[in-house]
Amino acid sequence: MSEPILEIENLSISFFTRAGEIPAVMDFSCTVMPGEAMGLVGESGCGKSTVALGIMRDLGNNGRIVGGSIRFKGRDLVNMSDAELRHIRGSELAMVYQEPMASLNPAMRVNRQLMEVPMIHEGVSKGEAEARALELLAAVKLPDPERIAGAYPHQLSGGQQQRIIIAMALLSKPALLLLDEPTTALDVTVEAGIVQLVRELGEKFGTSMMFISHNLGLILETCNRITVMYSGEAVEAGTVKEVFDRMRHPYTQGLFRSIPLPGADKNVHPLMTIRGQLPLPHERPRGCNFGPRCDHFQAAICDIGDLHMQPVAGETGHETRCARSTEIDWAAPPTGLTVHEPVKPGEVVLSVDDLKKYYQVAGNSMFGGGEKRTVKANESITLEAREAETLAIVGESGCGKSTLAKILLGLETATGGDVNLGTTEIGSVEIQDRDTRTVSSVQMVFQNPFDTLNPSHTVGAQIIRVLEQFHIGDSLEARRKIMLELLDLVKLPREFETRKPRQLSGGQKQRIGIARAFAGRPRVVVADEPVSALDVSVQAAVTELLMEIQRSSRTTMLFISHDLSVVRYLSDRVLVMYLGHVVEYGTTDQVFAPPYHPYTEALLAAIPIADTKARKKHIVLEGDIPSAMNPPSGCPFQTRCPRKHEVPGDRCEREVPAMRKLANGHQIKCHLSDAVLDSMESVISLSEPTGEAAAEQPIPS
Amino acid sequence: MFILRRLGVMLLTMLTLTLIVFALVNLEPNLKKLALEQNNNRMTQEAVDSWLEQEGYKRPLLVRYGEWLGNSLKGDFGYSTRFRKPVNEVMPERLGYTGILAFWVMATMVPGALIIGVLAGMREGSKTDRSLSVFSIATTATPEYVSGILFTVVFASWLGLLKGVSKAGDVSFENFALPVMTMSIYGMGYIARMTRASMAEVMTSQYIRTARLKGMSFGAIVTKHALRNALIAPFTVIMLQFPWLLTGVVIVEKLFNYKGFGWLLVEAADNNDIDLVLACSLVSVAVVIVTQLLSDIGYAFLNPRIRVQ
Amino acid sequence: METIGGFAIWFGVIGRFWPVWLGLAIIMGLSYAFKNRLGLYGQLYDSGVGIAGLAIVLFWILTAMFADSIAPFDPIEQFGLLKRKPPGVIEPGSGIPFFFGADNLGRDLFSRMVQGSKFVLTIAPAATLVAFMVGITLGLPAGYFGGRIDTVLTFLANLVLAFPVILLFYLLVTPGVRETPIPTTMAAVFFIFPVIMFATLFKTGYGARPVLFWTLMAFTAVIGGWLYLGLVFNRDPLGIVGLDPNELNIFAAVVFASSPGVFRIVRGLTMDIKTRDYVAAAQTRGEGPWYIMLWEVLPNARGPLIVDGCLRIGYTTILLGTLGFFGLGLSPESPDWGSMINQTRGFIRLVPTIVLPQTIALASLVLGLNLLADGLREQSLKD
Repeated sequence: MSEPILEIENLSISFFTRAGEIPAVMDFSCTVMPGEAMGLVGESGCGKSTVALGIMRDLGNNGRIVGGSIRFKGRDLVNMSDAELRHIRGSELAMVYQEPMASLNPAMRVNRQLMEVPMIHEGVSKGEAEARALELLAAVKLPDPERIAGAYPHQLSGGQQQRIIIAMALLSKPALLLLDEPTTALDVTVEAGIVQLVRELGEKFGTSMMFISHNLGLILETCNRITVMYSGEAVEAGTVKEVFDRMRHPYTQGLFRSIPLPGADKNVHPLMTIRGQLPLPHERPRGCNFGPRCDHFQAAICDIGDLHMQPVAGETGHETRCARSTEIDWAAPPTGLTVHEPVKPGEVVLSVDDLKKYYQVAGNSMFGGGEKRTVKANESITLEAREAETLAIVGESGCGKSTLAKILLGLETATGGDVNLGTTEIGSVEIQDRDTRTVSSVQMVFQNPFDTLNPSHTVGAQIIRVLEQFHIGDSLEARRKIMLELLDLVKLPREFETRKPRQLSGGQKQRIGIARAFAGRPRVVVADEPVSALDVSVQAAVTELLMEIQRSSRTTMLFISHDLSVVRYLSDRVLVMYLGHVVEYGTTDQVFAPPYHPYTEALLAAIPIADTKARKKHIVLEGDIPSAMNPPSGCPFQTRCPRKHEVPGDRCEREVPAMRKLANGHQIKCHLSDAVLDSMESVISLSEPTGEAAAEQPIPS
Repeated sequence: MFILRRLGVMLLTMLTLTLIVFALVNLEPNLKKLALEQNNNRMTQEAVDSWLEQEGYKRPLLVRYGEWLGNSLKGDFGYSTRFRKPVNEVMPERLGYTGILAFWVMATMVPGALIIGVLAGMREGSKTDRSLSVFSIATTATPEYVSGILFTVVFASWLGLLKGVSKAGDVSFENFALPVMTMSIYGMGYIARMTRASMAEVMTSQYIRTARLKGMSFGAIVTKHALRNALIAPFTVIMLQFPWLLTGVVIVEKLFNYKGFGWLLVEAADNNDIDLVLACSLVSVAVVIVTQLLSDIGYAFLNPRIRVQ
Repeated sequence: METIGGFAIWFGVIGRFWPVWLGLAIIMGLSYAFKNRLGLYGQLYDSGVGIAGLAIVLFWILTAMFADSIAPFDPIEQFGLLKRKPPGVIEPGSGIPFFFGADNLGRDLFSRMVQGSKFVLTIAPAATLVAFMVGITLGLPAGYFGGRIDTVLTFLANLVLAFPVILLFYLLVTPGVRETPIPTTMAAVFFIFPVIMFATLFKTGYGARPVLFWTLMAFTAVIGGWLYLGLVFNRDPLGIVGLDPNELNIFAAVVFASSPGVFRIVRGLTMDIKTRDYVAAAQTRGEGPWYIMLWEVLPNARGPLIVDGCLRIGYTTILLGTLGFFGLGLSPESPDWGSMINQTRGFIRLVPTIVLPQTIALASLVLGLNLLADGLREQSLKD
């Protein structure tokens, strides 16, 4: 066996602030071998990014390595001088970041930024550096490398920018590449392309990788080994297969149980939530950091002294920090499950018929002409939603789902078509002109928890204002009582009444947002990616809460999301949108089973699944989502469609397909013939438990 | 299209402002003051009225404004009652003197401010940053009529190095040092603080981390990656300093008895010299508006995000 | 003529300021002890810059409050024998020294400097406050609605901003203008904004709670009307508030010159804040635009506005000094710092110290305000 590329032993990193020392990473060890990909997984605040920055020795003014060692190719990184460090950074040790746009210098052309790397580290000439840069731009599969090399970052899409950063990182053929959430800011189909690229390049260049992510599915697709972190510590480490199939730490198990897997049914298998929340760095408990949230916690075992990583019997390299790992029955099914009766949908509450929304946009701001252009944000959308039903609206950025929500809520009015709430037309009525009952009937849960509550007012005052506005309760005391009951409803303590939003965690804020939306007994609630900004374990709890309230109040929910696993888990019917068009519409079972619209098929293939038994068809879309300002001719999806060749002639480029009704009301907007549709296979299949895991995804070893 | 609209707004601004100035200098009490000054202080109200009538000041305001506008467009800015000469003979010389002064102020202030700002913002929170920041705050707290006087006390009265007055048109160190220093120091702090804030923000941005983790040295990061981005914001601030420079010029010219444009403006306003006040306003407003336009164009040029779209 | 030495001067001066020291010790001591419960103000005590700024500003506020007991002489009393005497000269009649010497007319510079703080510390904060009300009431709709309202208001603001301040004052603050109804009209317009703003604030926020709403409205009407009568028309029935015509003229001109700046800041902040989800949430529950502007947007713009307010009070202090320096609008007797600088600066060659008290007083107050603003900015960014 060869020498490891990276050896970290008992690493501890602290940040020093006025409040004193705040430990961010404690007693962290891991080893990365040549050509190996190590996944680092955990929720926000667990210290995974700090580990990466510690390896790069870029901890800022107040961060410091307070213990342990980092050895890179046998050399000690912790005590390395700045000059040596500069020599290693960018040449042998490179990093890819989360925000591609912010990571590129906005005032420099792309090729200049790339050329710097070989010029600094290898002292090559300008011409040679330029050639190398072009070569790598081609290697990361950017179309038309010459044009992109001469562009400024803002002229490129997020996916292209991330490819450039990857090219920059690989220019000097580093031995180790650190990737810190490289796809979090990207759309799902673009993410799939980047993930595939990273895998291929890893093989091609033989680079070792450390892949940091909160997404277990991504780790499964990219890595050989995995380290799970919680509250500054590694809690479990091992090969991907060991950890995924035979986890030996309650936190790891909790994580897996809180993400919806394909095939899970919301009524039979509700998501399991991890109770409580991540302890603040200075409030970490004695002993096991996960103790207070753990179902297997036992006093006098879990809360005394420091716990250390210990090997799991019979599996070399598999380690856990759980003191009771040998006592717990890991195969036991989760307890406390309640099976819900499926809700019977009532009559139609909301119907949208041939809805259109066009915007007029001024051509150019500064020096260009002033001609106006039309952006078609929504094009002939038709849908129906019944009482107590969940209708999911799925699509990536620019698909028009937010515009649709705005029209329903009255923040915009439709350009054409009808929106009916019960029997009242609301599509052309602005919110100011709606009566109170209509306003309170359609409410929204917003995406960003940090933005959804006004930071200046207390939680209680904000809810009371909603009640006042909807004429609920006839006095201040009555409204206060209702407000406290709403806090009970979303399972928050009544003391939160006097709290300001900044004293609340993201999940708690989102609960207040839910209380606010349901305060006026709405008939329709639009939930715009309500959990996508939350941590995995919190996501499950908030999702469950939302569904529980919906079930009991028989509210219609429009659930906007890009995450197909969540959609499949909680929705009754699904609407798939692309560039303002509805491309597929049907019950959840219909949409998730063949025949698919080619876009739905690609979306399904793109979602990373954290299950070693799941197998996926391999479909990666080319390019990026076109701009709504400049949509393609004919079918909106034709520029990226992998099945375009199956339609004879140039029909896809000429005409927009009509909505086709298949069996049982399943609708697809596509030119593909019935024969092709009928021959489609399921994208995701579950292999037998004994089968070779993830065999379709070759992993370098 | 955009440029046309911009020019239209500029024109409208000029017209409105001159009209307002025209209305203010032609207020009844101001005209009376003018009449008394031009003739003798013991004039009766009837005599004032008849003089005003005779000189044409009693015609409707808009008619006279139209007349002034027409003449101005032809290049004739009227007659200065204070200097008893056409405005066209008084203005250019004074403007020239002030131009030289303003040039030296800009030439010392801008580089000084940028250097201070970049040095302070380069390493936020360092000792250099703290001391330079306090220095910048202190300079913005001392207006010209405070610093000018303090400098005069120190350099002219106590040390006897420089002169407390400045003769217009004499470009020598003893003559220019005090007014230039006075003006540039007051403005320097403001630009330096803007530069510092911009630089500090750029230094914490992700792309600077990218550059650092590429293995670039600190010096190369600052010069190649940070400077250009950090100077975009202060550029606008510097261009918008011109209107402030005008007020500063008036104070400093009065303080050091430097007979330039600012001194002219004070003389004109003190004596209600209608045509001269109007000409001075026109020049000041034109300077402000043109620099605003230049700053927008320059900003777009510096910032590729706007330029290339 | 007898004089006292340097040490004696400083001890004497420090002694005269005893009410200020006492006040400073009590305020800052108590604040420091309870700093954790005082929000942003308490956090100021964590930063050196903030403490320094606060101390200087408090020093001048307390000086203005206790000016009459600190100043040993009447600021306009002239002692012919003591003209232009250097610091430390003893006034023979009372035996009390002129700590900072006498000005060109034989008035005590120390007393004038102390009394001068009253003028600056009433006009500057009050004018800034009114300018903020005007700027906020116009900036919020400009930023929130955009479109034509924004175009018109922004054009007007730029109009004022394009005009050199000094020329503006030369045209607006003159005895000639004072004879016309212009200053009163301007003041009448500006002072109506606070009343409008508070009325709208209460109407939108408490419209659903009639008792509270009408109580607040009655307060607004009584206090607003009282101040309005006193300040604009100088006809306070109680005779407590009032402005001389020349002070009203200065006040109106200063508000006129600084409200466009406030307008621009408020407009920018509003355009930024209106994109937040909590604004969308308010819209989706059918809130009116003025509720959203005043209750959802404005409270979240307060940080930058407080910082800007401090800077702007400092800038207004400089403006008032400029007015004095050019002898605009103030009587020659007036002990304000700008006029003092203007009157004494001709005698620098004879007595260099003659200009120091007033220049240093003005610069230190502005410095204190700037430091305070810097401390506030630094602390509010930490959250």
